[in-house]
Amino acid sequence: MNKPNEPGATEITDKKKRYSAGVLKYRQMGYWNADYVPKDTDVICLFRITPQDGVDEIEAAAAVAGESSTATWTVVWTDRLTASDSYRAKAYKVEAVPGNPGQWFAWIAYDIILFEEGSIANLTASVIGNVFGFKPLKALRLEDMRLPFAYVKTFKGPPTGLIVERERLDKFGRPLLGATTKPKLGLSGRNYGRVVYEGLKGGLDFMKDDENINSQPFMRWRDRYLYVMDAVNKASAATGEVKGSYLNVTAATMEDMYERAEFAKELGSVIIMIDLVIGYTAIQSISNWARKHDMILHLHRAGHGTYTRQKTHGVSFRVIAKWMRLAGVDHIHAGTIVGKLEGDPLTTQGYYNVCRDSFTRQDLPRGVYFDQDWADLRKVMPVASGGIHAGQMHQLLDYLGDDVVLQFGGGTIGHPMGIQSGAIANRVALEAMIMARNEGRDYLAEGPDILRKAAQSCTPLKQALDTWGEISFNYASTDTSDYVATPSLA
Amino acid sequence: MMTNPTGRVTQGQFSFLPELTDAEITAQVDYGLNKGYAWSVEYTDDPHPRNTFWEMFGMPMFDLQDPAGVMLELQACRKTFPSHYIRLMAFDNTRGIESIAMSFIVNRPASEPGFGLVRQESNGRTLRYTVHSYATDAPEARRY
Repeated sequence: MNKPNEPGATEITDKKKRYSAGVLKYRQMGYWNADYVPKDTDVICLFRITPQDGVDEIEAAAAVAGESSTATWTVVWTDRLTASDSYRAKAYKVEAVPGNPGQWFAWIAYDIILFEEGSIANLTASVIGNVFGFKPLKALRLEDMRLPFAYVKTFKGPPTGLIVERERLDKFGRPLLGATTKPKLGLSGRNYGRVVYEGLKGGLDFMKDDENINSQPFMRWRDRYLYVMDAVNKASAATGEVKGSYLNVTAATMEDMYERAEFAKELGSVIIMIDLVIGYTAIQSISNWARKHDMILHLHRAGHGTYTRQKTHGVSFRVIAKWMRLAGVDHIHAGTIVGKLEGDPLTTQGYYNVCRDSFTRQDLPRGVYFDQDWADLRKVMPVASGGIHAGQMHQLLDYLGDDVVLQFGGGTIGHPMGIQSGAIANRVALEAMIMARNEGRDYLAEGPDILRKAAQSCTPLKQALDTWGEISFNYASTDTSDYVATPSLA
Repeated sequence: MMTNPTGRVTQGQFSFLPELTDAEITAQVDYGLNKGYAWSVEYTDDPHPRNTFWEMFGMPMFDLQDPAGVMLELQACRKTFPSHYIRLMAFDNTRGIESIAMSFIVNRPASEPGFGLVRQESNGRTLRYTVHSYATDAPEARRY
């Protein structure tokens, strides 16, 4: 399928012609090479390109390679002061996107010398820097990246990782359970702490600040931390379990964030939280802090939908998940499949695998285009949050597996008999499903029966099933695999 | 008597379910063995949430095929420590995991005294918390 080199379509090798002042096609400048074999140490990007009418796909791919590496719009003689071939990214393959005329996949390789060690900011400034606004393209999307082992090794990765997190929490062999404190805006610190206490005592492992809970007039951060940590410790004593509540330290400046994180540590919290909108550098900074202070670091992916959701333009969430594993977060929201937010089943499983694998294999139906060796980097615990409830437990376990935090916000706090009852319902549903699965039952098919049977000795679960049992969110996904038909959820 | 919804310590995979029968425990052990895990039996008279190292009742059982081996160890442990907390733990030594894969309580004291929360007032409104295990008010071996 790969296009062969054609006359006039390839690099001009005569140096005099190549470096005469003026404008050349990108592919004539050396940004397209169909014979290039990527090195093990190259960063490889797979872009989805939609060229403007009249721009052929090879020139478009070469332009993306050029604009994300050394090129400018015209020839510059100063290239000759450098070993310029090393610095030129090389588009080496283009393929039509199946079933989407006008769209092309382009594979582009970057030499490892282009990137600063351990810096997501530097990596992204290259590969998604100027190039996304480039006029000859209607749209551009970064679908996936292969990060070479050598580059992965320059990142410290998650400060805790899901294995050590489980050891610290003393919770094994089942998904963790959480809930976001609701309503997300308006509760005072005292009222907020009440919700946290009820949820944790009822059986949840975690409660969580929402992404936009920072330090507003109705509840300043110190008040929240004080009341929440009283609730956490009281619930821990009441149950004999380690409990936590993600204290969101997101703030206007790093100085504010460090101050909030220090106070969370002083009060004995096991976990703090940040929002994706703080930026890659801030994430790496707070990750260093978390590593230094034995703190689990939860990342809420606030804002990602603005650039991950549409298939033709932006950055796929699987790429964001890879960057965040390198940058070093312990939790990342990665979709629920069955809940209220966007999420095609296979594509979402692709994100989960990127977070949790030791070695991720190419898996086109799940949107994973490259083998990826994670170089023993710790694993990120994915978080499923948004519109899920106890009645979906069998589906959640089947789709998402054991290493995940299932967050039932409305599905806990909205329980007709109160927050503790909501928590009990979720915990009983989970434990019953794990037990049935381990016993070898076909828990996906028998899920509703398993839940109903568990509900016979658990009134709160019965009430939860009566309230939400039939609720589902079946909408077509926008971000789906190009390689298989998307199975429906019904 | 603890006041949480289960009335007991809720550590482990199945504390919110009715007590597992020996047949049900055997099924869980079998699941772990099929995954290649090594089971071990541990007991304690101090189930504090941060008490990581319960006493080992023998070594972890590597290379075991039949869940009956684990059940025999469990019966022996129950006989020796009828009023202690006993848990079964499955260990996964896969590279990149090398940790506990399953853990659940299979024996408890008849009455679980639970924990108190000690609040020490500190600077400003800051509090320092200590979770105190009531059982440890009595010396070892005289707790239940």
